[in-house]
Amino acid sequence: MTTQEALALDLTLDTKRGRRPRAGRFGLGSLILPLYSALALIFLLIPIVYTIVFSFNDAVKTNVSWRGFTLNNWLRVCDAPGVCQAFGNSILIGVIATLIATVLGTMIAIALARYRFRFRAATNLLIFLPMATPEVVLGAGLAAQFLSAGIPKGIGTVILAHSMFCLSFVIVTVKARVAGLDPSLEEAGRDLYGSPAQVFLRVTFPLLLPGILAAALLSFSLSFDDFIITYFNSGSLQTFPTYIYTAATRGIPPQANVIASAVFILAIVIVVTAQVAGEKRRKRLMKQTAGV
Amino acid sequence: MAITAFTAASSAVDAPKRRSKVALFLLLPGLLYLALFFLVPLVSLVITSLQVPDPVVFGKYTAAFNIQMYGEVIGEYGTQILRSFFYALLATIFALLFSYPLAYFIGVKVRRWPILQGLMIVLVIAPFFISFLLRTLAWKSILSDDGVVVSALKGLSLLGTQDHFTGTPAAVVFGLTYNFIPFMCLPLYTTLERLDVRYLEAASDLYSRPFHTFRTVTLPLSLPGIVSGTLLTFIPAAGDYVNASSQFLGGSSSTMIGNVIQSNFLVQLNYPAAAALSIILMAIILVIVAVYVKRSGTDDLV
Amino acid sequence: MAGASASASTFADAGADLQLVGITKRFPGFTAIEDLDLTIPAGSFFALLGPSGCGKTTTLRLVAGLEEPTSGQILIGGKDVTATKPYQRPVNTVFQSYALFPQMSVLENVAFGLRRRHIPDPVGKAHEALRLVELDHLAARRPTQLSGGQQQRVALARAVVNRPALLLLDEPLGALDLKLRRQMQLELKNIQTEVGLTFVHVTHDQEEAMTMADTVAVMNKGRIEQMGAPEELYELPRTAFVASFLGQSNLFTGEVVETTATTIVVDVAGKPIVVPTARAARHSGTVTIGVRPEKVILQTTEPAPVAGENVVGPGRVIDVSFSGVSTQYIVEVPFLGPVIVFAQNMVFGPVVNLGAEVWLSWSVDHGFGLADDPSDAPRFAADTDTVSIALQRREALAVELED
Repeated sequence: MTTQEALALDLTLDTKRGRRPRAGRFGLGSLILPLYSALALIFLLIPIVYTIVFSFNDAVKTNVSWRGFTLNNWLRVCDAPGVCQAFGNSILIGVIATLIATVLGTMIAIALARYRFRFRAATNLLIFLPMATPEVVLGAGLAAQFLSAGIPKGIGTVILAHSMFCLSFVIVTVKARVAGLDPSLEEAGRDLYGSPAQVFLRVTFPLLLPGILAAALLSFSLSFDDFIITYFNSGSLQTFPTYIYTAATRGIPPQANVIASAVFILAIVIVVTAQVAGEKRRKRLMKQTAGV
Repeated sequence: MAITAFTAASSAVDAPKRRSKVALFLLLPGLLYLALFFLVPLVSLVITSLQVPDPVVFGKYTAAFNIQMYGEVIGEYGTQILRSFFYALLATIFALLFSYPLAYFIGVKVRRWPILQGLMIVLVIAPFFISFLLRTLAWKSILSDDGVVVSALKGLSLLGTQDHFTGTPAAVVFGLTYNFIPFMCLPLYTTLERLDVRYLEAASDLYSRPFHTFRTVTLPLSLPGIVSGTLLTFIPAAGDYVNASSQFLGGSSSTMIGNVIQSNFLVQLNYPAAAALSIILMAIILVIVAVYVKRSGTDDLV
Repeated sequence: MAGASASASTFADAGADLQLVGITKRFPGFTAIEDLDLTIPAGSFFALLGPSGCGKTTTLRLVAGLEEPTSGQILIGGKDVTATKPYQRPVNTVFQSYALFPQMSVLENVAFGLRRRHIPDPVGKAHEALRLVELDHLAARRPTQLSGGQQQRVALARAVVNRPALLLLDEPLGALDLKLRRQMQLELKNIQTEVGLTFVHVTHDQEEAMTMADTVAVMNKGRIEQMGAPEELYELPRTAFVASFLGQSNLFTGEVVETTATTIVVDVAGKPIVVPTARAARHSGTVTIGVRPEKVILQTTEPAPVAGENVVGPGRVIDVSFSGVSTQYIVEVPFLGPVIVFAQNMVFGPVVNLGAEVWLSWSVDHGFGLADDPSDAPRFAADTDTVSIALQRREALAVELED
């Protein structure tokens, strides 16, 4: 592995550690802080644990009191009417919205980080505002617009809405990644007779890929869990969150807990694996480059 | 801005920026999309807020210039508006107090073990991965009258036998705080993770005791993270209505502006009222953002 | 000698002794310092010199209180401070990265320590300190608005203003360019004499150490190899590491074949080399002796034997290297190996050309004998000296080509 490759690989791993000295003996009592942190983390996890536990509840109508342990809910997830359909809708919407947001967002991110253009301040503001706008306002606004344009509410309107608010998050994530790229890598590509398109395809894009994937993941999770905007714009279509909301009055079936738990576990596994793998790779690279 | 909370932003050398037609081609599709589905809806809202009810058909409105709607709406829902910002403020403060020590511990003290640091941050954002609604409902069950917590508190005479927790403003603020802790903790963590410990060493070398070092060195240097976290928490919290909705943690005395907008728009079909309220909410938020932008410029936003 | 400020300070008078007794510092995975004993007298300018990783910065951090020793004691002015925290010690540090608080002005940075100790008139004293480093006109600026050299001076002022018993400097001149560095070296020396504090300066730059310090300690792998005045260390090194780290040396190994009242004679590859007994650490068995390259004279014809002079040769010049003030020649002497000679450029151009046959001579009084037992060290034991490494490789190549 050459130093250039190692450098490129190191940049893709997106961690920046080790150059500053570690925190030594300064502190607010060496036991209070770890104890507090442990308790704080436990507190944060309480509803999660509750939800997962109650997915195993042998519930009849409502899933509020514990009646007994059963694997039934996990084995027969789609028994509860509408749950699987709502879940399927959420997945579909998430995928399409993520695609749209990622493509458009990456383009904008590259433009922002690499090119000069007028009205930069206005552009920054336009991109930032959706993130700062309360969801009620976004939801109501889109609904009002669809209303006056005569577009019926349904999966189309939801996808359009989701793509919009995911766009800003994608831009921010990818832009940070682009800004962190070493420009000399692309210059090297050009120096070695690569045309702009080739440089982009073979040098820039592969280096950006982890950032783009992270942005896509972020976008998908935002879309999947979105409730307020979806509720305003979905009409009769049920997504997983709207299903839960409407079911909240009469009682949420434990199958909903099952789906949510499954998604949670999957997400955690992905994130933890990515972190551990990234750290191990970084350590391995450090050893290799030290020998160079 | 705060969204660097979600990314490990590294400050590398800025690539020289070129002027090119390519930029236009890259920007246009996305910006047009945003203009179409963000700006236009806002304009739509303004227009709707000025409409008057159709004299014949219920639920239909015709274009007009009825500014009175704003006055009406403030008069009728003034309490809810103030209440929303008050709850959001409380939630932000509690979230800050809760998150800072946690973020400090993970970002500064655990630096020696990067894998542990990563795992702890995953635990902080873990609530994100389970449905927002389900977590709030979980709290509703846990904090319900026949739940463990309330029974214990009643047993310890901290709560009267007639009192309940869910449905009170306290429950709403609790729910808001819980749900927005990750939004507060992540920007704090990002800033604290980058804190150069050598400043703390220098302060200690210059006779500063730990608490004083915290007050004069750590806190000021973590201010960007505090500001980011505050904005990221306060703004969505002000417009939230799930926590305050009665199926969840709220009751009739704790409705927020979000609930009002929702009920007006989707239930009462009073579009102008809902639109007017949305615009008011948006305007207040914009003022806060404008103050922030004035101080830090727009480059930092995205 | 200027004393500490007369205010309500609990610290000793300026310039206290520093004593490290049996200090060991272990990190997970390696030992940085092993059983270190060191005494630094009050009021001196002390340099701790060594290559990267030798433990000198760790030693400094132990004295400052930023690290805890695994075992051993630290005494400042006779008082055991091993268990105390940094803010309780009368020690201030000028950090390698300066560590100036970015959110405070230069003035506030300098006044920081004074305020913490509730010294009256912190602002006035801060201005005074800034005047000492000639930066009072920048007192209102932020550290990020200053150049590297200016930041370094502010860091110095911030430490000096507290009149600590001990001032620690952790490679503070590393980030400065040559000219500025020379300037700052003189200024630091002046300030130290003027204010009378004990300075402990950590550096890997041997020129810097020799210029500024009264006493230099050469550190290697967690231990102090030799300590003394710069001239003493340079002219009379005790170990091969010191001989090669401080400047360059020609080292030869051989058996002591004869001893007289004042000299020892060492047989190096058949040639007798004389070294004064007073300058030789070991007088029998296999010893390593050496001579500094600038003390060796190049002769183009074989010189007549003179008492008090060592002559080796003939050898062939295999490298000529111009370096401004002097020219470095490498002469390959059969069975002796490559010998380095520095000749001051008194004329234009080299005195001998590549390939010329020359003899080398030096005064007996200039030789020295090391305390190392050469049976455990290779001939050029200083593995940090790139010249030695290059020479070793060249030598190995030459041997290979001969075979």
